[in-house]
Amino acid sequence: MRPFAYLRPTTLDQMLGALTDQSAKPYLLAGGTDLIVRLRRGHVRPTLVIDTKGVRDLHNEIVSIDGGLRIGARVTMTSIVGDPRVREHFHALVEAASVVGSVQIRNRATLAGNICNASPAADTVPALLVYDAAANVTGAAGSRTVPLSEFFTGPGRTVLARGEILESVDVPFPKTPVGAAFGRITRRRGVDLATINLCGLIDSNGNGRFAFGAVAPTPFVASDDSGVLSINAGDTVARIAALRQLYSAARPITDVRGSREYRTAMLEVMTGRTWQTAASRLNERLRTGTR
Amino acid sequence: MSAETVPVRMQVNGRSFDLEIPPHHTLLDVLRDDVRLTGTKECCAEGECGACTVLVNGQAVCSCLVLAIEMDGQHVTTIEGLASDGRLDPVQEAFVSTGAVQCGFCIPGMIMAARQLLATNPQPTRAEIQEALAGNLCRCGGYSRILDAVALAAGSRR
Repeated sequence: MRPFAYLRPTTLDQMLGALTDQSAKPYLLAGGTDLIVRLRRGHVRPTLVIDTKGVRDLHNEIVSIDGGLRIGARVTMTSIVGDPRVREHFHALVEAASVVGSVQIRNRATLAGNICNASPAADTVPALLVYDAAANVTGAAGSRTVPLSEFFTGPGRTVLARGEILESVDVPFPKTPVGAAFGRITRRRGVDLATINLCGLIDSNGNGRFAFGAVAPTPFVASDDSGVLSINAGDTVARIAALRQLYSAARPITDVRGSREYRTAMLEVMTGRTWQTAASRLNERLRTGTR
Repeated sequence: MSAETVPVRMQVNGRSFDLEIPPHHTLLDVLRDDVRLTGTKECCAEGECGACTVLVNGQAVCSCLVLAIEMDGQHVTTIEGLASDGRLDPVQEAFVSTGAVQCGFCIPGMIMAARQLLATNPQPTRAEIQEALAGNLCRCGGYSRILDAVALAAGSRR
């Protein structure tokens, strides 16, 4: 690994100041599970690594806000999986966070890091997209909130300008009972990146939202409000056509994890299965009267 | 750019170490080369194999994916920190008695991952043991005895 300077600021101002220092080539270090691999391989060569873990203003907790949860920049996958509120309201996010790497990785990896790394295959992103999450961005010029569906601009690229950071992620509670499910295909079960991943959500009004990863330059989300995705709609042909429409923006490529053709075929299979799982979960919720 | 060193104070197996280390050295490098504890192994160096697993404040992490400088003020436990007064830890005992150790290279990481599991879930199911060790690879393929060993260690703690 090439040498670099290391800074562990304790306040947001210090951190933003260091990030905008024109004489340095800074990188942010959160959990390090992606960055340190890339540092060792020489894929990135910062002159300065800024550790976010000492910054008091960046929270390492999940707090309740009006109508939802706010997940701080330093919250790890392990914390997300273990949080009772996330488990109750955002089951598919728990499923997604549970398959990131291994126990060792999840103990370090942060949700914010998974987002900002902007991998097309990031497992937590499809779940966050169907739950309509928003990114709270802050920088020297001020703060703004960006819908996560507008956050990614390409592989490894986001709307974050130089000197801006992801401070937290807001996830609103669904307003009606929903069923949601995360799915993915990997070559082996543990410690692998997704060949494809996706998340599906249907609500009791028959609306559906599906998000897909590893099949386009960025994860993307699409909705269907026609009612054919409803658990009560019996028209299977119409449902399959509607699900196909949801991933029509997919442009899968061939790489080490799978071919374009395989990904395309699995999109249909996995979208159907994910609808099934989401539908049975919604049924169960409606039957038992839980939210 | 020169590799300037910075002071880092970390607890390793209950002992305090004051070290001068360059920021780009990983916890794994420093444990092996500076603290001179070579029980923690380097293998893939990208977080896939788990051979370098140690506990940081009780949580299993890949020491190859942590900068040593991040450990300032933290408590690190390595495989060398488990035995006390010349007696092996129950997890180590279980690995020996079930014959789970073949070449032995993956075992320190396996045992550290198992330690975190048993600390948080003293009576894990087989599936939970598999999940907890999913980040640890054994090239001898000795997985079933390794799982037996963790189950035995869980039983002996009852």
